[in-house]
Amino acid sequence: MLSYILKRLLIAIPVMLILIVGTFILMYTAPGSPFASERGVPPAVLANLERQYGLDQPFIVQIGSYIWNLVTQFDFGPSFIYRDQDVNDLIAQGFPVTLTYGFWSFVVAVLVGGTLGIVAAVRHNTWLDYLAVGISVGAQVLPNFVLAPILVLVFTLWLGWLPGGGWQGGQLEYIILPVIALSTSFMASIARIARASMLEVLTSNYIRTARAKGLPMRRVVMRHALKPALLPVISYLGPAFVGMITGSVVIDVYFSTGGIGQFFVASALNRDYGVMMGITVLLGALTIFFNLVVDLLYAWIDPKIRY
Amino acid sequence: MTTPLLKIDDLSVKFSTPDGTVSAVNGLSFDLDAGETLAIVGESGSGKTQLAFATLGLLARNGRAEGSVRFEGREILNLPEEKLNAIRAEKISMIFQDPMTSLNPFMRVGDQMAEVLQLHKGLSKRRALDESAKMLDAVRIPDAKSRLRMYPHEFSGGMRQRIMIAMSLLCKPKLLIADEPTTALDVTVQAQIMALMADIQRDFGAAIILITHDLGIVAGACERTLVMYGGRVMETGSTDEVFENPTHPYTLGLLKAVPRLDVPQRDLQIIPGDPPDLTALPPGCPFTARCPLAHEPCPKIMPKLETVTGTHLRACHADMEDVT
Repeated sequence: MLSYILKRLLIAIPVMLILIVGTFILMYTAPGSPFASERGVPPAVLANLERQYGLDQPFIVQIGSYIWNLVTQFDFGPSFIYRDQDVNDLIAQGFPVTLTYGFWSFVVAVLVGGTLGIVAAVRHNTWLDYLAVGISVGAQVLPNFVLAPILVLVFTLWLGWLPGGGWQGGQLEYIILPVIALSTSFMASIARIARASMLEVLTSNYIRTARAKGLPMRRVVMRHALKPALLPVISYLGPAFVGMITGSVVIDVYFSTGGIGQFFVASALNRDYGVMMGITVLLGALTIFFNLVVDLLYAWIDPKIRY
Repeated sequence: MTTPLLKIDDLSVKFSTPDGTVSAVNGLSFDLDAGETLAIVGESGSGKTQLAFATLGLLARNGRAEGSVRFEGREILNLPEEKLNAIRAEKISMIFQDPMTSLNPFMRVGDQMAEVLQLHKGLSKRRALDESAKMLDAVRIPDAKSRLRMYPHEFSGGMRQRIMIAMSLLCKPKLLIADEPTTALDVTVQAQIMALMADIQRDFGAAIILITHDLGIVAGACERTLVMYGGRVMETGSTDEVFENPTHPYTLGLLKAVPRLDVPQRDLQIIPGDPPDLTALPPGCPFTARCPLAHEPCPKIMPKLETVTGTHLRACHADMEDVT
């Protein structure tokens, strides 16, 4: 097990390198410059700026020094737009925010979605099933950029229960609306996956055996059906968690939460190379990490999988 | 006269499907006494398995059972789930056809066995595991204690079927229904499992219903035989009577289709035609379309079960002398 984890982490190194080089090449070849938008910059000033940020260096030197600084000092370099902050500051500022509401969205999506899906499957073709399927289809087709304004309209403007934006160090009332807006579509996906896989498991032979033992239906579901039914859900969770963090741009923009999502999109538009690279590397590392966690969870659930 | 252990009366099982109503079992009746062994024989789709599922309330969601199933004099057909749960495994237990998929692959064998005793006998986990180990011993699984901690995929098919048998015996049930317990196993393992079933019958005194399409294993294993076709009883009697003096064309066809070493023969005889369409059974005998002796009343009127001699009954319009 331990050697498996080490092996996976070792494989992660070339994967990260490929990700960095690939992103770097794409950025390098894309037209535009972080300073191009500022009208009327004299060529001499532009050249000066480029020299200051090392953009006049050959490609190989640029990428070499980027990787060198990253590996040796864990330094993501400067931001090209936020002149007084470097990328480490921006991530240190935004990532905890994103992680906080991302984590709670994840918890809500898994608990609500999982319960909905399992109840729907166990009560297949009853009004509970139809209700659960209705909720998840509705939640699925409602994108978060539509849901967010509706939530603000109802809970902030009409009811006046919750603030319509801001973060305030992550106080509960500021977290609720972003979490609902972010988790809803993931909750719907989880509910559909859980329902489908539970329905399939419930028709399997070993469930019939469990029923023939005289176990009450609740025990059959909890003891015999839950683990196998959750396997497909778990394989969805790794990408889903990363998706929640990358998908947070709408949340950040709409609720002014100040997470990394807004930096990510803005950096791509502004050619803020440093920030774009930094967040790409961060998300890449998270993806690798959560896929590893999912694989370990698989081994924990399914005795046939051993590393 | 004592009450039979199991009395099935006019049992019908129907499934509603998109293609129409499938009649798997049609007005079936038989009795079984305590400690008796009965083989239910018939080809695929004859309703044998659904008969067993209906008895324990394990029909698929679209299935419906009608008629009467009395166990120890008490009606158990279509009982609510909680009442059935008290009977399942405790009084009537079942062994399924496919040992490869009938055990939960995600649970240790010991946990799967112990939960039966914890549920029905209220034993502690530790005592339930001890009892389970003893039962694995009884079905001749060596080194039972350490096997309890293993998962099903670590056992062969024959071993898994032994585990299923051990699990079904934990509460010392009065009736054991074995649904094609050897079909998925190779021939030498089949023989071992059948020998084990015979020992169980002797040691535990449970009545056994052996559902099978393999006449070869019936001859040595069961006192009585019931031949089913299209969800109906074609012929029933002591195994000797049915095998030595078959009085139904279908039984005769089945027996002729068994390969034998002691009689020289060039080709196996087969029963021509296909199993009946269960969505459109004729009002008469379901075997009519394939029967060499079919005549005028057969497709219209279902023959009654009539006594041949003693306990030997048959349902056929043909003259007994013609069935050879």
